[in-house]
Parts: sequence; structure tokens; C-alpha cells
Amino acid sequence: MSDMKPRSDSTPASPERRRFVGAATATAAGLAIAPGVMLYEVAHGRAEDQAASSAVRWGMLVDATKCATGCNDCVSACSTENGWTPVAESKHPKQAPQWIRKLELQDPLTQMETNLPMMCQHCAEPPCVDVCPTGASFKRADGIVLVNRHTCIGCRYCMMACPYKARSLVHEPLNDTQKPDVPRGIGCVEACTFCVQKVDRGDGNTACAEACTAAGHNALVFGDMNDPESEISKRLRELPTKQVRADLNLNLGVRYHGI
Amino acid sequence: MKRLLALGAVVLTTAALAWAGSEAQPKTGGAPKPVIAKAVKGEQCVEDNDYMRRNHMKVLNHHRDETVLEGIRTKKYSLKECINCHASEKTGSVAAAKDDFCVSCHSYAAVKIDCFDCHSTKPQGTMAMHPLNAETAHYKHKLAAQATSKVSAEEMAGVAQ
Repeated sequence: MSDMKPRSDSTPASPERRRFVGAATATAAGLAIAPGVMLYEVAHGRAEDQAASSAVRWGMLVDATKCATGCNDCVSACSTENGWTPVAESKHPKQAPQWIRKLELQDPLTQMETNLPMMCQHCAEPPCVDVCPTGASFKRADGIVLVNRHTCIGCRYCMMACPYKARSLVHEPLNDTQKPDVPRGIGCVEACTFCVQKVDRGDGNTACAEACTAAGHNALVFGDMNDPESEISKRLRELPTKQVRADLNLNLGVRYHGI
Repeated sequence: MKRLLALGAVVLTTAALAWAGSEAQPKTGGAPKPVIAKAVKGEQCVEDNDYMRRNHMKVLNHHRDETVLEGIRTKKYSLKECINCHASEKTGSVAAAKDDFCVSCHSYAAVKIDCFDCHSTKPQGTMAMHPLNAETAHYKHKLAAQATSKVSAEEMAGVAQ
């Protein structure tokens, strides 16, 4: 991470700012009845009539050291939640939509093997949004990069612009097999949405991370990277993590440990 | 002879009227009128019927932009909620058969519906929408484990309940 600065570089906060931050934290902690007991949860329980807020930035930590060889649970959980056909079962595997995929990497010198899931990295500066000619590719206020299928014309510029090969085009008619919560259709580009339907419902987790935890691997942690008290922020503070293609300076929402 | 003809005419007219009356659709004025089935659930739509018939596309489009771009998922004006109430008992869908709620009027007015190129026409939790009936049947074993906790028998039996 080239943009990391040593701590001592930052100017000390003024007393006023300190006081303000303290008060803000107390307010944000929200009606704490007792330590750890809250009347409402900050960030996760957004009311359904409230717009996604930039106070939150959803992100994911992938711990590649915990990701199991041969395990495909995150991929099948994603396909079940979002209703895309697994590539192996598709009639046209080469052009089948794929929101998340498992990669097995091997260091040619040391033969060390690394396992990791690869999906949309939910960049803060997404190249797919830059190139989209219709504005269909967009970043939501809470950092989730999405495709507005109502304006997508299927030109696939975003697929070419994405450094992570994260996006797919739906080539075949889906014949009403979509999930009510996840509209998808022929001629539109799609990718990982960080399970936006679950996030908006207030689940605060994605299908892949839930499946990984259920399988006992705990390699995926999803959460609000802007909330210093969230599980993901704590883990990111402790673990050395990398962004894939950090040289592109895209400020990714998905961080990898152990690659 | 004249009287006989008149009698014949009266008989024919009566027969014709009786035949026309036996049809569900009155034959007057060209194409048959759309069948507007009452919603399976609920008493009153989110707005008056007259307003909805004329303006449903406007409220749907407005709500769609709020939902997609900002993540506002209120139930009023949500297409998903339309489907939850208006899916037909027979097909479990709003657009599978020609008498289903959306298709019925749209084919009469010759207006193509694009919604269901991407959106499901069936409500969540129905037998028709059950994941095992979709393309994800490969995931059976995991779903079976969830089924006891998440999808109740009433929900499985569909909107007819």
C-alpha cells in the first residue's frame, strides 16, 4: 500500500476537534444502555426509505491463508443468492456469467500455492464507471459499484476496462428464472453487487461471507470500512493486506491478506 | 308470408342476442376487452384504480430510479409488491398467461412490457419461485437444510393460500 503514511506524520488534532470527535462518537454510539447493548445499530440498520449514505463504505477482507483448496462454497452461495447458473452447468461455459470465481495461483519459483476468490473489487475510482457511455455503470454512495440495467446497452466497454475481469454479459435469455430480489437480463452487463439486496435489508453480510463462515473457514469478512469498530476495520488494522494491482491506485473495497 | 318473415327475423335476432350474451366478452367494438382480475391479496391498491391504470408506469419508473441508484426500497410503488398482490392464482405469475394481470391490459393496448425481461414475474416464496424449480437445483442439499427454518409450508403452497 503505497498511500500509507507513518502515523507521526499526521498533525495532532486540536482540542476542539478532539472534543467534537468525542461528542460525535458518543452520539454515533447511539443510546448505549450498557456497554455492548444498543437500542439501534449504527450504519447497518438503515431505514428502508433512507438512501445509502457515504458515511458507510462497504468492503471485504479476503484472508487467502484461510481460503481452503478445492472449496467452492462462496461461489455456489453467490449463485444461489443471485440466481446465476454455475459455469460448470452452463451450456456455454466460456460466456457464462460469473460474479465470483475461485483462483488457484502457484509461485513458479517456490511452488507455493495460493487460493483466493476474485470478484468485483468495488473500487473507489472504478474504471468501469469512467468508460460507461450511458452512465449505467455507477458507484453507489456506500461504495458499492453497480450496473443500472435500465440504462445498460450491453456494449461491454466496462468489461474491457475492468482490470479484474469481474464483469460478465448475459448472452442467453433467462426465461423468468431470476430471483425477485435480483433482476438480471439478457444483453446487460453484471457483476458482484456485494449482495446489495441483503445489505439494503440490513443483513450486513454477503452470501459468500456467510457461506465461508458456515463452512468454518472464516476467510471472508464483510463490513463497513468507515466504522472503526467494525470487525473488518479491526482486522484490517491488524493484518498486512494488499490490493490487487495496487499500482492502478483504484482504492479497492476488497483487500487480500496472504497474497 | 310477410308475417312469417318478421317472425323469422325476431327468432334470429333473439338467438343472436342470446349467443352474444353467452360469451364472457361482449363482442361490441372490435377486440375483446382485457380481463382485469382482482388482486389475490389486499383490498385496495396503493392508489385509486383510475390513477393506477393511467399512471402506474410513472410511479414505477420513479421508484425504480430511487431503488437502483440510492438503495431506497420502500414497499409502496415497488414492482415486487405489485407482483406479490397481482400474481394470478392459476399461473402464480403476472405475465405468464394472456389473462395474467399485466399482460391482459398490455396486449389489449399493444404496449410491450420490458420489465419482465429482467424482473421475475412471480412473487417470492411461492412454489413457482422456489429455488428448486429454478436453474439452481444443483444446490439442493444446502437448501434442504435451510428449508425448515426459512420457507414455511404456507409460503411454499403459494399465493393461493
